[in-house]
Amino acid sequence: MTPSFTAMSVILFIVILGSVVGFRAGAGRKMNLEEWSVAGRSFGLLFMWLLMAGEIYTTFAFLGASGWAYSRGGPALYIMAYITLGYVISFYVLPFIWGLGRRHGLQTQSDFFEKRYQSKGLALFVSLIGVLFVIPYLQIQLVGLGIIVQVASFDQIPRATSMLIAVCVVALFVFFGGMRAVAWVSVIKDFLMILAAVSIGIYVPAHYFGGVGPLFHSLAATHPSHLVMPGATKTMGHAWFISTVVLSACGFYMWPHTFGAAFTAKSGHILRRNAIVTPLYTISLAFIFIAGFAAVLLVPGLSNGDMSLLMLARKSFPAWFLGVIGGAGALTAMVPAAIIILTASTLFAKNVYRPLFAPQMAEDKVARLAKTMVLVLALTSFYLALHSSTTLVALLLLGYAGVTQFFPGVVLGLFWSRVTTTGVISGLVAGLATVASLMLSHHDPFRGLNAGFIALCLNFLVTATVSFSTCAQENPLPLSDAE
Amino acid sequence: MLKPSALSLAIGLVPFLGMCFSVPLWDRVSPMILGLPFNLFWLVTWIVISSGCMALANRVEEHRKKKRDNAI
Repeated sequence: MTPSFTAMSVILFIVILGSVVGFRAGAGRKMNLEEWSVAGRSFGLLFMWLLMAGEIYTTFAFLGASGWAYSRGGPALYIMAYITLGYVISFYVLPFIWGLGRRHGLQTQSDFFEKRYQSKGLALFVSLIGVLFVIPYLQIQLVGLGIIVQVASFDQIPRATSMLIAVCVVALFVFFGGMRAVAWVSVIKDFLMILAAVSIGIYVPAHYFGGVGPLFHSLAATHPSHLVMPGATKTMGHAWFISTVVLSACGFYMWPHTFGAAFTAKSGHILRRNAIVTPLYTISLAFIFIAGFAAVLLVPGLSNGDMSLLMLARKSFPAWFLGVIGGAGALTAMVPAAIIILTASTLFAKNVYRPLFAPQMAEDKVARLAKTMVLVLALTSFYLALHSSTTLVALLLLGYAGVTQFFPGVVLGLFWSRVTTTGVISGLVAGLATVASLMLSHHDPFRGLNAGFIALCLNFLVTATVSFSTCAQENPLPLSDAE
Repeated sequence: MLKPSALSLAIGLVPFLGMCFSVPLWDRVSPMILGLPFNLFWLVTWIVISSGCMALANRVEEHRKKKRDNAI
């Protein structure tokens, strides 16, 4: 048996195993829209933890984080900081969103905006922007899958073919499984990912250098500036780190799918417990960083840094274990891709199509339309992934710059009764316009600061100023409703 | 549900000070601890501290809730 055949068989086995477990979980339940999209609001701590870890620890954390440690060095550490701080913010925000969601039957981010600001136009705008900015996130997962198959097949299967296979598997999976299936596959995924991370992060330094300490000593000796900021970049210094961490931590739960995950919990209390426990999972990223840093010395000169972790694994392990790592990577791409597609398609059907074209549409028809949207979204992101050449982290930063512009509308909407609809719309438009103009003109980072952060500050300022200069409104979602 | 109290918000600010705003103070390679460069070691340590901070903030909020429920 050739190494590529062995590795690919193991990956395929893991993917099939994951899918079967997922499908079985969904079997025997009545699938209405609420069950399919928020699993009937029934998830306890364990399932919540799995689902949230499932959507946060994506192929971005796996391949993107090691890729940046490899190609950029020190600035990659921002990932560890923002994920942890994102949970800190969630502690103060999510339980309220959950409480209001249950009281008022909210299922999506845009439901929240519609109810809080009494504006169908704003809700529609939020949905469209949300769907627009999850596309780069979806693209990350497909590009990641493409890289995995390319490396594991020893460059025999072209990326386009592997991404097409990936798209079909993900779409089928979402179509028949729903949110409960996704949470179940997360179990296998998290187990495999920790196994892969720990084995690469411990075995590789021990085997080649005699331990983690000697690895970093020789890296510090040969590449003295790689391990600190700005590392191999010119612009990503401490100001960039602070602005990017603040931006990303604020945006952590502003994605339509992460925001939506808050509604799947059984109680608000579970979301607080989740914010205590889940950050500990971020420690596994240290192993991923170690792999990326080791790759600087062991597999130098890769044109695409995102391939570094797998190239290192291919160099160091037998083919079957490369398959295990590839399979773990494939599931870390499939699970988040499934969650994103599921959320975005529900959002589109329920909050864009229905209000615009068919206000009388029944719930089961919305569910059917959402399932059709699954295919549309899957194919769109496939098309974009085929034509993309940027790094995984760059795609994520673009998405964060966009979705974090919802943060003022959400946080002020919860805690500041004086905020007005006009204020939020003005702030959102100002923020998005700033993001678009700075990023499209390649001014990110701008004077050492993350462009999305500058846009967020402006957004807050405009929202507050315009709110003060417009008439006060009644707050239809007071916190007392969130019991 | 009550707004988060000033105390629990102050506790939530601690991880931001440790992991984010203080970056110029800890972003260096030496001294290496447990084989890790100092900045990586610092962040790993602060992940654990952050989790502890959240547990503390949770206790503060639970305590407030209990007090309020008893008052009613």
